[in-house]
Amino acid sequence: MNSIRKNRIKDQIFRYWGIFCTAIGLVLLSVFIGDILIDGLRRIDWDFITSLPSRKPEKSGIYTALMGSIWILLLTTIIAFPIGVAAGIYLEEYGKKNKFSGILEINISNLAGVPSIIYGLLGLEVFVRIMNLGASVLAGSLTLSLLILPIVIVATREAIKAVPTSVIDASYALGASKWQTIWHQILPASSGGILTGVILALSRAVGETAPLIVVGALAYVPFAPESPMDEFSVLPIQIFNWISRPQHGFIENAAAAIIILLCITFIMNGIAVYFRNKWQQKWK
Amino acid sequence: MAAEMEIIMEKPIKEPKILGSVIDPSLKKKPKIEVTGSKVWYGDFQAIKGIDMNIKANSVTAFIGPSGCGKSTFLRLFNRMNDYVDTFKMEGKVKIDGKNIYKKKVNVEELRKEVGMVFQKPNPFPKSIFENVAYGLKIQGIKDKKFIDERVEKALRQADLWNEVKDNLKKSGLALSGGQQQRLCIARTLAVEPSIILMDEPTSALDPISTAKIEELIFELKKKYTIVIVTHNMQQASRISDFTAFFYMGELIEFDKTKTIFTNPSKKQTENYITGRFG
Repeated sequence: MNSIRKNRIKDQIFRYWGIFCTAIGLVLLSVFIGDILIDGLRRIDWDFITSLPSRKPEKSGIYTALMGSIWILLLTTIIAFPIGVAAGIYLEEYGKKNKFSGILEINISNLAGVPSIIYGLLGLEVFVRIMNLGASVLAGSLTLSLLILPIVIVATREAIKAVPTSVIDASYALGASKWQTIWHQILPASSGGILTGVILALSRAVGETAPLIVVGALAYVPFAPESPMDEFSVLPIQIFNWISRPQHGFIENAAAAIIILLCITFIMNGIAVYFRNKWQQKWK
Repeated sequence: MAAEMEIIMEKPIKEPKILGSVIDPSLKKKPKIEVTGSKVWYGDFQAIKGIDMNIKANSVTAFIGPSGCGKSTFLRLFNRMNDYVDTFKMEGKVKIDGKNIYKKKVNVEELRKEVGMVFQKPNPFPKSIFENVAYGLKIQGIKDKKFIDERVEKALRQADLWNEVKDNLKKSGLALSGGQQQRLCIARTLAVEPSIILMDEPTSALDPISTAKIEELIFELKKKYTIVIVTHNMQQASRISDFTAFFYMGELIEFDKTKTIFTNPSKKQTENYITGRFG
């Protein structure tokens, strides 16, 4: 009886500790979002989104940075999605499971944890200098693609692993080749998981600042990029730039830009959640 | 399974190893499947320890034996489904219609059109009933819609499912009951028109009524197909099969006409197993 009561008390203690820990994160996040909203919400209007940057805070807008972010996002998707998914499929379905593949697997997971500025340095050396792409949207996208490739690969592999082997067996048993099985069974069944992973990786890429600064993204660009070879800025860099200005107006601008950036991230995460749910329903 | 193993351990095997003792003379003439000297390893573990066996065309052959005895592994030799296990290694020959299917030149996809398989758990694709049955044809590159329609209907009729699903072929295969799903899987296999159908405990996940339906079906199908079935259900083996093979610890202990195995087995181990004294 005594030990049951003891366990109950322990259970209660852990429960409240858990509630407290969860609350820390939520409270901090809501304080932060509240603060940003108070500072920035009244600054947001259509002009703010469509104006070019300016020396005067009230005339300044995020147009070039937003366009830069969208360019970067699109190009990164085009580069990282096919490469990452193909690598994931290869490792999961074609690669033999041996010591070498084990080492490979660990290293891919490790790459996902390498600080982003290191990728920036790599991008600067390889894309900007050796490949002579300059501080262009393309160089930035290639750098960010490298950064999110490990995440895309790991997500693809996890999604493929979750496909029931019974279905894969059935396909093979009917005389399907490996590629047919991948195309008709494995990819449709894992597409929800793969898309979720890719979108989450991209929403990380859209918030990255350090590697793009290293690659040479500019704090002030008078025009939105019109081709992959143009110079560019992105939202996080614009925010960073505004926050370091002394005038109060720029702080307000930064807060407003943060709201826009958060919206982009939330929308992308929302899409990811939608795909995940839709995919789970199909398999239940 | 652990308990099962313990009981087995207590009874040392004294009888000599008999490898593929084929008693029925009809089996020696032009067998559909002919296995000689088959040995299988998964890494260091030897799952099949040298088995010879002939399987007759248009018959039902049942594989029985305790879990882990190698009967499923042996069954999967016939359509090379073991190939996907990374540590799988094999010696010996498996001939189907006189051709060794483990030769390098053999096209595994072609082989599996000839040797269909039905699994333990019903595993329809998350597609419509029609698409499930048509899958095997579509991956062969067949595009003739009329041909596919006819084959799908024929296969569903053969699997005794047509009347239940003919009005909603577009419904998801996963929406069917367990027994219907398994018959859908059988129809899917039949649509490719194989000559051999392997069944790996096809009724172990089904209720008695669905099981009875599948058993009737097997009885019907044997007129056209050669059927090899793994089962844990002794009554099932005795009801539906013409020949029965008893496996134990990777060896073929006894292989004979089902009637002989169940009424007058020549090995003590077989008798112990079928009377439920172990396993």
